[in-house]
Amino acid sequence: MDFELSEEQVLLKDSVDRFVQNNYGPEDRLKLSQTELGFSREHWKQMAELGWLGMAFSEEVGGFGGGAVEVMIMMESMGRGLVLEPFVSTVLLGGTLVAEAGNNEQIESVIPSVIEGETMLAFAYAEQQARFNLNDIETTATKSGDNYILNGTKIVVYHGATADKIVVSARTSGNSRDADGISLFLVDKDAAGLDIRGYATVDGQRAADIRFDNVSVPSSALLGEEGKAAPFIERVVDRAIGALCAEAVGAMSAANEITNEYLKTRSQFGVPIGKFQVLQHRMVDMYMEAEQSKSMSDMVAMKLDLGHDDDTRKAVSAAKAQIGKSAKFVGQQSVQLHGGMGMTDEYSIGHYFKRLTTIEMLFGNTDFHLDRFSSLS
Amino acid sequence: MDLSFTEEELAFQAEVREFLENNLPAEVKDRYQRGLHFDKEGQVRWQKILNEKGWMAPNWPKEYGGTGWTATQKYIFAQEMGRASAPPPMPFGVSMVGPVIYTFGNQEQKDYYLPRILNSDDWWCQGYSEPGSGSDLASLKTRADRDGDDYIVNGQKIWTSHAQHADMIFCLVRTDQDAKAQEGISFLLIDMKSPGITVRPIIGLDKEHTLNEVFFDDVRVPIANRVGEENKGWTYAKFLLGNERTSIARIAQSKLRVEHLHEIAASERVNGGLLNQDRDFMRKLTQIEVDLMALEYTELRMLSKIEKGEKLTAEPSLLKIKGSEIQQRLTELLVESLGMYGAAYESQAVREGRNDLNFAPDYAHGPMAEHLYLKAATIYGGSNEIQRNIISKMVLGL
Repeated sequence: MDFELSEEQVLLKDSVDRFVQNNYGPEDRLKLSQTELGFSREHWKQMAELGWLGMAFSEEVGGFGGGAVEVMIMMESMGRGLVLEPFVSTVLLGGTLVAEAGNNEQIESVIPSVIEGETMLAFAYAEQQARFNLNDIETTATKSGDNYILNGTKIVVYHGATADKIVVSARTSGNSRDADGISLFLVDKDAAGLDIRGYATVDGQRAADIRFDNVSVPSSALLGEEGKAAPFIERVVDRAIGALCAEAVGAMSAANEITNEYLKTRSQFGVPIGKFQVLQHRMVDMYMEAEQSKSMSDMVAMKLDLGHDDDTRKAVSAAKAQIGKSAKFVGQQSVQLHGGMGMTDEYSIGHYFKRLTTIEMLFGNTDFHLDRFSSLS
Repeated sequence: MDLSFTEEELAFQAEVREFLENNLPAEVKDRYQRGLHFDKEGQVRWQKILNEKGWMAPNWPKEYGGTGWTATQKYIFAQEMGRASAPPPMPFGVSMVGPVIYTFGNQEQKDYYLPRILNSDDWWCQGYSEPGSGSDLASLKTRADRDGDDYIVNGQKIWTSHAQHADMIFCLVRTDQDAKAQEGISFLLIDMKSPGITVRPIIGLDKEHTLNEVFFDDVRVPIANRVGEENKGWTYAKFLLGNERTSIARIAQSKLRVEHLHEIAASERVNGGLLNQDRDFMRKLTQIEVDLMALEYTELRMLSKIEKGEKLTAEPSLLKIKGSEIQQRLTELLVESLGMYGAAYESQAVREGRNDLNFAPDYAHGPMAEHLYLKAATIYGGSNEIQRNIISKMVLGL
């Protein structure tokens, strides 16, 4: 057993830390989140040049063969700076689905271009009635000659308005909530019948609602076998959850540092407020939540690299539930301990609170994952 | 001991209900129901309607324009306001500075300001906190130095809600630089149009402009605008904070949110059913409802004490702590009720300017705005940590 990073992994961590330090000062991040795009194409290019966009892909498809542990390292460092670029949407969700479910031709046409930073992707899976159930899909894809016709509405598709291609889950057969009968399609952003409504999310990122109104795609847009996509989706989302857990760990540790520093420097009643025992204990609780979260995040990354069975699924849900709870506590108490300062958009701490709030919810909130954990044997 | 309403009280309830049904402007109701920030014009219009009816200030003594209601009537009124989704009047005038003026002000001040507060002619804001003085309010540094019939005020206030709309600010200032912290403070009423006042917006977590910094640069304020005695302002400040803490419990508003949650849960879907069939979700909602009921009956028990002439000590702090915690749990659950749409959020101004809104249901916008804004509820009016200190000291003698 070994929780320590290898030399190569330390180099990766240092490199992401440096990027965050150079590009993600609190003011830089706020400004960037207020641009129309919501992130920087310049940063994206840099990430491609540093090889990060290929890190999560296997060598067979042209990547660098990093695993969940490498992803964890990168995401934790990015979490410290609340990085805005669509790494999860493009690489971990859209890209990985193409790489794992797609055929050679599809992989060839998409993955190298993703790794080079040329193509951005998004994964449209959520529907309003589904809440967090990945199999609750009412969007339909109906075979018509050599084409499929897509109809339905996907909601809160992170980076859905800036993606060049959208991976969408749709039902080709079966009843809603059946695992069988779910298919994946790769749809071009300019396809006729697509209505993409982009908007900002509370965490400073961007998302879109996407309506498919008789969108016709050729059979070659089908990723993998018709109706057999559910296991791919579950596996890819579980790994994305692992990544989000790591992001939360980075964000919590940064929020705790900032808050701890504030307790040492803010004076009231003639002493730094960190001298008050009630605040000391609160800060200790925040520290313990972050430590527990780090343990769960490391654990789940290592398990994800071993395969994907029920033990992995339980680990993912356990990590998400535990980290969701911690993220809420650390985020909210960081604001509380900052008093009025915590309420301002100009100051960084509120942005950690907001991102931690959405991480708790994305891909299933704490209740959802407690439920999933208890339903697995 | 008796919980039931008399015939007269039931008739009063019916009267209030009918009045609200017929007079609450629809757009004011809509904004409040959805959890959006008010707009000044609508809020003032609504307050003027209340004043015309004579119901603007249930808590004021009758001689100053109060209603002369019993505690039970006040309770019924607050409940009906909540039930009708009617926003209560802005607190800064009628709940905060008004009682200070009629309790400690001189006749001239009472005659001038009280009717204007009742008729919403002046929009008030609160000049308490300073950058270096939050929980430790008595350390405030904004100073007022005498010059003939005036004070010259210099300094800075912060977290001043709605100062951008304000005609008047009530301000704690230091008038004796050498006295012990609490003993050199005075309570001034300052015209926001005075030369030397600058208001700078602070954009909040919700991307809205509610908070401000207010700078005073050689601002001339007539000594006649001081309430009560010079250097006794701390007494009035504490009196005001005690009042603020009672109204801060916001029980009627929390009840409204509970109802809103039930509505959303009856429409949001999960696992092929409705959210209100989800046991985990409903258990959380139910727990809040029970806690809210406990808070409500605690408030009623305290009101009954006041009615019998008993003096309260730190009970308002209890109401503030429990009330604000419930407010936050409710807005958190409201956000949770939206599922993925909980993440979608733009400021009201951006949203209103769009012609390509997302496909979210109408109710999806307000909850996050409230959730973010109400993170302040455990901070303002004396943070909950400070409130616990007050109870520990004043009630428990620790």
